[in-house]
Amino acid sequence: MQVTRGFKGKQGDSKATTHRVPPGQYVTREFPVLTSGPTQRTPLASWSLALQAGGQLLARWNRAEFEALPQTERTFDLHCVTKWTKLDTRWRGVTFDDLLKAAGLTSTPHMYVMAHCDGGYTTNLPVADLMEGKAMVVTHFDGLPLPAEHGGPARLLVPHLYLWKSAKWVRRLVFMETNAPGFWESLGYHIYGDPWREQRYSGD
Amino acid sequence: MRSITFETKAWAGHMAGQHVDIRLTADNGYQAQRSYSIASPAGCAPDVELTVECVSGGEVSPFLTEELRAGDTIELRGPIGGYFTWNPGSSSPLMLIAGGSGVVPLMSMLRTRNQPASKVPAKLLYSSRSAEDIIYRDELDRLAANRDGFDLVHTLTRGAPAGWKGQTRRVDRDMLAQCGFQLAEEPQILVCGPTSFVETVADQLVSLGHGESAIKTERFGPTGDKR
Repeated sequence: MQVTRGFKGKQGDSKATTHRVPPGQYVTREFPVLTSGPTQRTPLASWSLALQAGGQLLARWNRAEFEALPQTERTFDLHCVTKWTKLDTRWRGVTFDDLLKAAGLTSTPHMYVMAHCDGGYTTNLPVADLMEGKAMVVTHFDGLPLPAEHGGPARLLVPHLYLWKSAKWVRRLVFMETNAPGFWESLGYHIYGDPWREQRYSGD
Repeated sequence: MRSITFETKAWAGHMAGQHVDIRLTADNGYQAQRSYSIASPAGCAPDVELTVECVSGGEVSPFLTEELRAGDTIELRGPIGGYFTWNPGSSSPLMLIAGGSGVVPLMSMLRTRNQPASKVPAKLLYSSRSAEDIIYRDELDRLAANRDGFDLVHTLTRGAPAGWKGQTRRVDRDMLAQCGFQLAEEPQILVCGPTSFVETVADQLVSLGHGESAIKTERFGPTGDKR
């Protein structure tokens, strides 16, 4: 570790929250927006979420059907690879476990999932990182419908991984037999993205 | 605002539009990291220039703009980011739209274009608060004076000096239609600036009929301290 001459830093995060901030991150109260292209504005009436195994459709829910699934409210800390961390964010949506249950699946067809979104964005995830309450498809932030710039009508939320894995404007969750890189994972970012191991870029 | 040139070791080369991560370490081991866009042209030159805007209340940018001295050593990692980039081999016209310090990665593209490799038509629409806030003003004027297919349009949002010849309002749909390329020319469009600026511009570009896949964006937030 090389000391930077003249740098003290703010070192201002309280002791109470320091243990919740992964290495290299800083806490912000804002909710920055980072997207590689224009914000997608999908009308609720034409929105749906599909679960697929490869090309085979397993289940699909329109907005009303999605709202009728068991709703879960959870509070998470978010960690973006661009270094900001936002603590105590409140979300509502459907857990991945409940999506599987609603689709009548007792086991998952493959070990990996590719999330596909409006606008063409993709991101890959191991199924194990979506199960047991670890991931949700969320439609509400802080008690209100999720704004489009933050991924509304619905985004994937996988808070224990860097936030690029929590794909905005998610429309299809596709099981795949072997792991394959999504959008950022093909452009130099880490294939898995664990903030606590600081897996920001390929090779970390 | 400060432009800083770092002499790197083993720089692998970068594309125009990429950024670096800078990590600072205090003597008690405390560290802070942020990302900054590269301003120097694409290529393998070991000298890498960043232009850093001092964010008040920030942690890394005040150090870089006020404390850092020639001869200091800094931990710098990169290049990073393979999407918000421009390839000088591309034949599409290049439309660049900047808000404030969002001009930095776009400057790398214009500097890259000014190397012999490419002379595709290019335009920069650059929104600043005031004339004093314009970054790279003289260099941009020189590039525009080359008359080699690069057009420069400034707009000021908080008042203009006497004799100002540029635009004097926020970037809007009319300005984009007037200053941009025609749809048929299929420009590649890169937009960089504060979140609200990029949101507005990108939405209006889509409403003008530009394809979403032709529009690349990079946003930074009020507390983002990015660049």
